[in-house]
Amino acid sequence: MSDTVLEVKNLVTTFRINKKEYPVIRDISFEIHENETLCMVGESGCGKSVTTLSVMGLLPENGAVRSGSIKLCGEELLGMSPRQLGQVRGKKMGMIFQEPMTSLNPLLTIGYQLTEGLRQHLGMSKAEAHATAVSYLEKVGIANAEERMKQYPFQLSGGLRQRIMIAMMMSLQPRLLIADEPTTALDVTIQKQVLLLLNRLKQDMKTGILFITHDLGVVAQIADRVIVLYSGSKVEEGATRQIFENPLHPYTNGLIAAVPNVDSDEFEIRPIPGTFPSITEEIGGCRFHPRCPYATERCRQEVPQALEYEPGHFVACHKVEEENK
Amino acid sequence: MTKRPSFLAKATEKLLKNKLAALCFVLLVLEVLLLLITPWIAPHDPEATNAAIKFAPGFWAKFSSDPAVRASYVPGYLLGTDNLGRDTLSRLLWGGRVSLAVGVVSTAMGLFLGVILGMLAGYYPKLDNPIMRFMDLLFTFPGVLLAMLIIGMLGSSTFNATLAISIWSVPSFARMVRGKVLQIKQEDYILAIRSLGATDFRIIFFHVLKNALPLIIVIATMRMASSIISISTLSYLGMGVPAPAPEWGSMIATGKGFMWEAPELIIIPGVAVMITVICFNILGDKLRDILDPSLRD
Repeated sequence: MSDTVLEVKNLVTTFRINKKEYPVIRDISFEIHENETLCMVGESGCGKSVTTLSVMGLLPENGAVRSGSIKLCGEELLGMSPRQLGQVRGKKMGMIFQEPMTSLNPLLTIGYQLTEGLRQHLGMSKAEAHATAVSYLEKVGIANAEERMKQYPFQLSGGLRQRIMIAMMMSLQPRLLIADEPTTALDVTIQKQVLLLLNRLKQDMKTGILFITHDLGVVAQIADRVIVLYSGSKVEEGATRQIFENPLHPYTNGLIAAVPNVDSDEFEIRPIPGTFPSITEEIGGCRFHPRCPYATERCRQEVPQALEYEPGHFVACHKVEEENK
Repeated sequence: MTKRPSFLAKATEKLLKNKLAALCFVLLVLEVLLLLITPWIAPHDPEATNAAIKFAPGFWAKFSSDPAVRASYVPGYLLGTDNLGRDTLSRLLWGGRVSLAVGVVSTAMGLFLGVILGMLAGYYPKLDNPIMRFMDLLFTFPGVLLAMLIIGMLGSSTFNATLAISIWSVPSFARMVRGKVLQIKQEDYILAIRSLGATDFRIIFFHVLKNALPLIIVIATMRMASSIISISTLSYLGMGVPAPAPEWGSMIATGKGFMWEAPELIIIPGVAVMITVICFNILGDKLRDILDPSLRD
């Protein structure tokens, strides 16, 4: 048995808008291993969240996975019945959401919500589940956990709620944890705590983490490997160091250049020119070519393939391919 | 850490702070208590006729300046008697029991069906159209007409009237609950619960239902008022509670033949219906303000 937790191959997800199907994810493949954090970065609307929802099987009604394969610990998820999927969800893969303020049921105590999954998936008794929940609350650094168990979400701050969400998902000991911008709604100090916590839990439990963010600072802190998405396609993939030190794709370059640098004298922010395409927009060839300073005729015609330039460093760009011939 | 007062205790506290709502609440509690102990406090058999004391006036006759009127008051018959010499007070109490019971039972039955249908329609888009279009069909009948149709088919009895009224309340419950479910379904915590692998059944009938409960309490209270009006209307038309048994609506129907000689025969049950219905409506309205601020205009 390999240590691959999640294997996504040639995933295509479409959304139906006004009775027409539009691809939102265009053929994405990636793997996540045990004890590894894979960060997915890209602009809003590039398909990060849709990828996670495809994996979880929680796409909204107008979305559907059209082709490809999603394997969790070697088990194919696509085509599973809702009942089977319900068994896998929570138990083998958990998800943390962006908005901790609204991710907990406002009418139930923290304790109830924490023990619900334990009792359902692991068949624990009330007392066992309670003890486990308390121990996980302590693990995520929540003081007086017994008191907290009796409280309602409205009595807790955003950082606390996010840690409770993490405790809730981790207590089921999933092989895969999907974190959809879990730190975006938190302030920076809390953000740091949550990131450290995720890192520690990952090492303790050998979980694979799929971390969605558009904050490159967060990526640098937490990621082992990075995938850069643009308009539903993977444009670059590599180890964190490779991406930050040697970004090859013009879009990745643009992203990194757009981060304001407080150390330099230059205070100007350099955005990537142009606007992000809507999913309903038809663009031939490379989806990035209308905004790319190096676009050639070939970029307008031909969809670039992801090629490996360094071990583990994949880029889908004609310019990079030609330069490295 | 302070202990959080329970949801119900908090709502009651807020309710009692509002004078009007508190008054309605107290009136309804008193009424329900009175109706509960009716078998022990009603002075006479509500169906016993006595030709000797037909149309006896009530206690107000004692304050009349006319000695003949004063003499016509029969001691023990506080609210007087009707055209058959039956005691109005006893009939009012026993009739109230029927009206209120029909109100409660039909609201509960309508609630049960309406909430289930509304939840399913709201949660499953595939069931939405079939269920809601059928509800629309029921909506097209004016309320009392639908009830009359059902009673016409089943025959007139208290149970059939209850059934008819409950069927009539199903569509409006279903519609309100569906709307609420559509809103709750979008909440992040529902997605979070789904990502934990909870079954649909559990999500619908525990998490969603719990969050829809304030709305359900409010519409049930409001519905009580219209159910009571409906049973009174049906009885007035002779399609509700069968004849000798007392009911507010049928008391008015009996009294309308003598409305000039003995107006109290329609005024007394009329006022009883009015107070009950107004109290339920005001209470429902205030509950809505307290429990579900999103419903406020």
